[in-house]
Amino acid sequence: MAYLPNEVPGPRPTVDDKVFWDYCQQRELRFQRCTACQRFRHPPAPVCPQCRSFESQWVRAPETGVVFSFTIVHHPAHPAVAAVTPYNIVIVDFPECDHARLVSNLTDATPEEVRIGMPVALIWETAGNGMIVPRFKHMKTERGNSE
Amino acid sequence: MADATRQACIVGVGETRYTRWGQQGERGEWSLACEAVLNAVTDAGLEIEQIDGLASFSDDTNVPWLMQHALGLPRLGFASMVWGGGGSGACGAVAHAAAAVESGQAEFVAVFRSLCQRPGHRYGQAGGFGGLPHLNFVAPFGMFSPPLMIAPLVQRYIHEFNAKPEHFGEVSLVCRDNAQRNPRAVMRGRPLTMEDYLNSRIIASPLRLFDCCQENDGACALIVTTLERARDLRKKPVRILAAAQGGNPGWGDGALGSHNMPIEEYGAGNGKALAARLFERAGVTPADVDTVQIYDHFTGLVLMTLENFAFCGRGEAGPFVAAGNIRWPDGRLPLNTSGGHLSEAYIHGLNLAVEGVRQLRGESTSQVKDAEICLVTAGASASPFSAAILGV
Repeated sequence: MAYLPNEVPGPRPTVDDKVFWDYCQQRELRFQRCTACQRFRHPPAPVCPQCRSFESQWVRAPETGVVFSFTIVHHPAHPAVAAVTPYNIVIVDFPECDHARLVSNLTDATPEEVRIGMPVALIWETAGNGMIVPRFKHMKTERGNSE
Repeated sequence: MADATRQACIVGVGETRYTRWGQQGERGEWSLACEAVLNAVTDAGLEIEQIDGLASFSDDTNVPWLMQHALGLPRLGFASMVWGGGGSGACGAVAHAAAAVESGQAEFVAVFRSLCQRPGHRYGQAGGFGGLPHLNFVAPFGMFSPPLMIAPLVQRYIHEFNAKPEHFGEVSLVCRDNAQRNPRAVMRGRPLTMEDYLNSRIIASPLRLFDCCQENDGACALIVTTLERARDLRKKPVRILAAAQGGNPGWGDGALGSHNMPIEEYGAGNGKALAARLFERAGVTPADVDTVQIYDHFTGLVLMTLENFAFCGRGEAGPFVAAGNIRWPDGRLPLNTSGGHLSEAYIHGLNLAVEGVRQLRGESTSQVKDAEICLVTAGASASPFSAAILGV
């Protein structure tokens, strides 16, 4: 069962972000990188903000990231999550990809366990509309603690 | 400016009744917008037929042809809307109005904003806040509404600067206290203690209920013209020393988007570049500012904005507010003297500009003695946002 209920809206790809989601459907996390200056950018954009090249490639991201920030949501702003509060939202940073960040969730952490700086590992879940989306698991050390 | 008589100034302000969300929905935003404009025209001592320009922001549905139709404007010649969602554009609309009168595009521009929040269109609920540009990267992960989007910025700010709940609470208490003197304030008659604040429920950690602005129904408006035309009108003109849009590079849609703003600024909010340009244009410094009306959608953004506009150093806003600096009447920098969005009403930043005008006229219900310079900022979580420095 996915971390959030099926009624939560899944991604509906647009002409601008379709490639990102296409790779996700193959369970591959790839970020867009400028072919000319090698700078990563996210969310996807037609032009490199650093060198203005229109040429880009999609580069496989590491399977691990770091929690840069987070929130524990107590107030259900959408009826779909009323039964699952409190739930977490994490901002996962990929330092190796020029700090590209994903908004996502930790599927196996209690609210008390979520910490800035904790390492997390990529997993894949299926949203209610059938789209495969990136989520993360808490990387436990031998002592069973994060960090 | 070459010709001082063409300096843009605000000569009229007006508003409707402000209420909790849902209480004026049956009347509708169009009707409220018209009432606010008419009240501002009366305040200025003008006739509605003299209004030849309209300016608004945030995907306003009260489009110029509806306003022209309802108000019977015989010579509408300027209409402008600032791009963007939310209240980021409030002072941008003032800037457009100022540019219009200073360039001769229009003589009297009405800047207005009207809001009726209703089921399906409440800003605190999923879907209520339209036009979010990168929803695919946030909504599937349960990030549906502005409090959830801003909470991680505040979490990061706390992580970096060890800010305390009481620091955020002070902003909330100051606004609530000011509201007790303001008959227009929705939270008048409902004082708040620090204990109440600390005990209020968590919406999305670290944001408590009283860190979040209200959801309201109401409208307000202000009238912009040149100093030369202002001389014959009823009220003391309030000069727009500077009004500008701006945003730091790389902020894009910032917290309302995918959270990929520059990593070193993530917990700082967006505003340093705009602040520097605004002070330079106005020819004043932070030390010259007597009172501030800071966009308080969330208390954490108020602290970040105080830092970005250089009223204190980076990470120092918590101790700055805890020392009493933003309290009326004795603080160095009384803040949100009408009660702000937290306690007067959430009219997307434009009611903060209205209060700035009242301060400089000497008409505020929490009047700052001899106030001559007021900073007004719009919603600082996207780019560009906007701000204005008013003076008399």
